[in-house]
Amino acid sequence: MGKTIAEKIFTAHLKDTPSSANVVLDIDVVLCHEITTPIAINDLIAKDMDRVFDPDKIKAVIDHVTPAKDSKTATQGKTLRDWARRHNIKDFFDIGSNGVCHALFPEKGFIRPGYTVIMGDSHTCTHGAFGAFAAGVGTTDLEVGILKGVCSFREPKTMKINVTGSLTDGVSAKDVILNIIKQLTVNGATDMVMEFAGPVVDQMSMESRMTLCNMAIEAGGTSGICMPDRVTAEYLWPFIQNSYATIDEAIEDFRKWHSDPEANYTSEMTFDVTNLKPQVTYGYKPDEVKDITEMEGTTVDQVYIGSCTNGRIEDLREASRILRNRKIAPTVRGVLSPATPAIYSKALEEGIIKIFMDAGFCVTNPTCGACLGMSNGVLAEGEVCASTTNRNFNGRMGKGGMLHLMSPLSAAAAAVAGHITDPGKYL
Amino acid sequence: MKEFSGQALFLDRNDINTDEIIPAKYLTENSKEALKPHILEDLHLEGFDAGKDLAGKNIIVTKSNFGCGSSREHAVWVFEVNDINVVIAESFARIFRQNMFNCGMLAIELNKEGINSLFALGNDAVVRVDLQQNQITAENSEGEKKDIPFELNSFDRELVQAGGWLAYADKKY
Ligand code: SF4
Repeated sequence: MGKTIAEKIFTAHLKDTPSSANVVLDIDVVLCHEITTPIAINDLIAKDMDRVFDPDKIKAVIDHVTPAKDSKTATQGKTLRDWARRHNIKDFFDIGSNGVCHALFPEKGFIRPGYTVIMGDSHTCTHGAFGAFAAGVGTTDLEVGILKGVCSFREPKTMKINVTGSLTDGVSAKDVILNIIKQLTVNGATDMVMEFAGPVVDQMSMESRMTLCNMAIEAGGTSGICMPDRVTAEYLWPFIQNSYATIDEAIEDFRKWHSDPEANYTSEMTFDVTNLKPQVTYGYKPDEVKDITEMEGTTVDQVYIGSCTNGRIEDLREASRILRNRKIAPTVRGVLSPATPAIYSKALEEGIIKIFMDAGFCVTNPTCGACLGMSNGVLAEGEVCASTTNRNFNGRMGKGGMLHLMSPLSAAAAAVAGHITDPGKYL
Repeated sequence: MKEFSGQALFLDRNDINTDEIIPAKYLTENSKEALKPHILEDLHLEGFDAGKDLAGKNIIVTKSNFGCGSSREHAVWVFEVNDINVVIAESFARIFRQNMFNCGMLAIELNKEGINSLFALGNDAVVRVDLQQNQITAENSEGEKKDIPFELNSFDRELVQAGGWLAYADKKY
């Protein structure tokens, strides 16, 4: 019988089978940020367990609120910083080198095909784009991960999502995943690994695959996952070139993680994206999605481009296509947060930052900030934001604020128009 | 082991998310106790008043996909510090469910029928969870009584008995 990629990864990392339905896996990378880790650290200290299983397998970043905005967030940063120093965690990213976790860690080459990855953050599913099993966990799972390098999961069930057809210009991975969530609903993939496959995914860049996998959790999924292929190998090449003679050799090796053709899926579905239009959310749940044309004219007060979903260089390039030689509406506050320093530098080099600034955007440092309503663009009561983030819960970007999730292109179009509109008009 | 009985609070909606249970702005707190007054602060539900309706309640009974959204264990701790150790729902989001068991607390799934029969008892229902018999006993002030069996995976049960995943894992791995 064939196996799915998730089953192969589980088998390769199996540590224990505490019941017929549960497994305990060895974890390759434990990722940490300053919101969910300090409480784990403090609890371990209180229990006289302030140890780490392997400092080289732990990576940490201060990204949610940075620079600190008040004493409490400063203390969270300090707790993480002191802990990283105390335990000799070398891959620790602070001011000057920090960026949004799910954009930063892949960029550093920390995520490889076949890996198991956990983090105290629900969007950890992003890293599945590399053919890894990557799951968000709570603080207790994180504590055990830090201490023992293991984590428990239920046996993996996989949902295969074949993405077929071809995307029209102006329609992106964000539109694809929003439409998938619309069809699956917010718990349509609970306890499932969402395996994204098919010709459209094969042609996607790593950035786009990360956007797809990033929102798996919004359908309840445990992890998104894509087959590691040439695109993966090329992205990772600077980090793996000492392990393989040629890229082709790496690609060949990655095949061991591919799902077998006769693998067993809990469910399988096909999405033809040929006629897909740009998508947008209208309510407080990520499955409340419409074609953008149905929301035409909805006034926005702020446009936010950034986050682990859509703050990568490809996203900035896309948005700049619309912003070039245009001004944003005088009624709109435009906020751009490139997701990492490397993305920021690249965007500077390519003249993209200038395009944003000339258009009237404020460019902030890399941080989560506004995405979770913490800093750098929190909404006031009654305000509306066109946002490239991933979660539109009531109050997410500030109490009483409303946000509409969309692609970077659609957000740029909304910034120029002052209201939600079809980005196709500006291309 | 924790206490698994008490008065039920009924939350009649699907997809109640972690931001509604404990808003992100409280994630900068450094202690679980500090979360206590902010339980369900952003839950907008017809007729629900977090300030009043939580008094004396020890069990939450709700609909499907409870605890969706963020991985924040704060959503479990805010219940724990308010002496709520059981959530009974039609279904849970994975991370929330795991966080409950990881803290030695109970996330019990019942089918629609089971959930509806608990709702039917009304707001003053007292619920007891019997882990030996795998049975929930609920009774309202009029003496109307329901016995509902439930299933618990053996590993989840061990976590509850061990007082959570950290204690379990520390001993075993
Ligand atoms: S950008 Fe938003 S969704 Fe992504 S990790 Fe940061 S807070 Fe979470």
